[in-house]
Amino acid sequence: MTAFPSEVASWTAAQIYSGLREKQISAAEIATAALAFAQAENPKTNAYLEFCGERAMATARTVDQQLAAGKDPGPLAGVPVAIKDVIMTRGVRSSCGSRLLERFVPPYDATAVERLERAGALLLGKTNCDEFAMGSSNENSAFGPVRNPHDPERVPGGSSGGSAACVAQGTAVVSLGSDTGGSIRQPASFCGVVGVTPTYGRVSRYGLAAFASSLDHIGPFGRSVHDAALVLQAIAGRDEHDATSSAAPVPDYLAALGRDVKGKRIGLPKEYFEGLPTETGDLIARGVETLKKLGCEVREISLPNTEYAVPCYYVIATAEASSNLARYDGVRYTIRARDANTLAAMYRATRGQGFGDECKRRIMLGTYVLSHGYYDAYYVKAQRVRSLIARDFAQAFENVDAIVAPVSPSPAFKLGEKTGDPMEMYLSDIYTITGDLAGVPCMSVPCGNTPAGLPVGMQIFTRHFDEAGMLELAAAFERAGVSG
Amino acid sequence: MKISPEQAAMVADLANLDLTNEEMQRITHDLEEILTHMEALNRADTTGVEPMAQVLFDAAESPLLRADEPRPGIGVEGALLNAPLSGAGHFKVPKVIER
Repeated sequence: MTAFPSEVASWTAAQIYSGLREKQISAAEIATAALAFAQAENPKTNAYLEFCGERAMATARTVDQQLAAGKDPGPLAGVPVAIKDVIMTRGVRSSCGSRLLERFVPPYDATAVERLERAGALLLGKTNCDEFAMGSSNENSAFGPVRNPHDPERVPGGSSGGSAACVAQGTAVVSLGSDTGGSIRQPASFCGVVGVTPTYGRVSRYGLAAFASSLDHIGPFGRSVHDAALVLQAIAGRDEHDATSSAAPVPDYLAALGRDVKGKRIGLPKEYFEGLPTETGDLIARGVETLKKLGCEVREISLPNTEYAVPCYYVIATAEASSNLARYDGVRYTIRARDANTLAAMYRATRGQGFGDECKRRIMLGTYVLSHGYYDAYYVKAQRVRSLIARDFAQAFENVDAIVAPVSPSPAFKLGEKTGDPMEMYLSDIYTITGDLAGVPCMSVPCGNTPAGLPVGMQIFTRHFDEAGMLELAAAFERAGVSG
Repeated sequence: MKISPEQAAMVADLANLDLTNEEMQRITHDLEEILTHMEALNRADTTGVEPMAQVLFDAAESPLLRADEPRPGIGVEGALLNAPLSGAGHFKVPKVIER
């Protein structure tokens, strides 16, 4: 019998699975070591905002008791997991990266969190993110930016920057993030980990602080396709608390991981490669070569409405956000401005003092596009264009099984590099927002590093509810290894 | 795309948002730039295209509806847990009716 690996940062879910069952280590020992490591390392990245050690220890004790009694403690038993702070955790502060919710302690768990714990996962803590998940660099957090574990001068991406960084850093084995316009895939690409955005409706949004309800997704991060798939398996499926969650049966994702991908038809959308900087383009091109070596049939395709994606997304997302964020008015959620005498003045002052710059900008933009005289010109027009973008994907999937593309035009940029120009930041979301608009599953899988040592992810899209096909391709790609 | 100070003030009013003069100027400028980019949408031919409000997938209608039966919620105490000001089982707010 081999000893359990001592290096916390490299733990995998599979090691923990066998380690617990072969009695090399107990869940309590895992929890203790993982917490100590995460707390000691966190100052390097600021990935965690909050730790919940007691909760992790309580689950660990339950897991150990179940093992001692010969019961199955669940597929994620003893696996340390971190949760993005926009996802509710009962009794554990969930600030959403906002000053407004600095003291907010939810009275319930998100369904995804409940399911992870039921599968035996150990909740280590809550991760930093852009305020209410609005941002692409994690610089919009009220609690300071997250630093990229590969280079502390660079951003980890956003908005799920903390969830990507902690997995890359090794201070969690897996984590949950949320994706509205790329907030899982882009930080996964920047941090060199796997990040999965499932089909809209595949994972319940119950307990996810709403940003743009028709675009919001919860999804996993892992250091391997296997670990991310394991988390998705646990959280996917119908939830009666979310009417948009799908009742479609959840297939066995792990069974898909070993399959041969020979003959799979892959489309490369030409619009995603025009003007792509070579630093990223070269790595994606090498990734495509790997797919060809695996026997995939690669062809060029077109998603002709891609050029409208950024304006379409920023109309719809901000319109929905302006409505969803209306609830933070000083009545129910912890913080209230003191110096207001009327109800209306109290709302305004609370929101003016509580929201950060990016939230204010998006609330203003969303309110504008929904206001009288502009509603049809912007909001309804954007919804019609959204249909075109969704149709592009549907038509493409008549001829290919998967679409492969870059995640982001560039690797991780420097802190402060784009904060002065919101439009430039928005434009960098071009390759990821289409997946959210169409509601198709998509993911980022590591595709190698630039000469400067910065990770770059390759994006895979598949048809609605074909997460198995997407993970199968990603796993084959991962096994083939990244050359160079 | 130009936004007048009056328009900007009206939008902030609709959004229940107090902005400082400096914030108002900066955000108005950003909005003008962003809305100019959004005019690209007008180039897309959407004749006869339905607006897409939600991602649709094939599913039977009935399984998505649960039985309409009462069940316990988080309770008054849970609901008030995060209230900045509460009393007698209610959220307290500044006076809304003048006597």
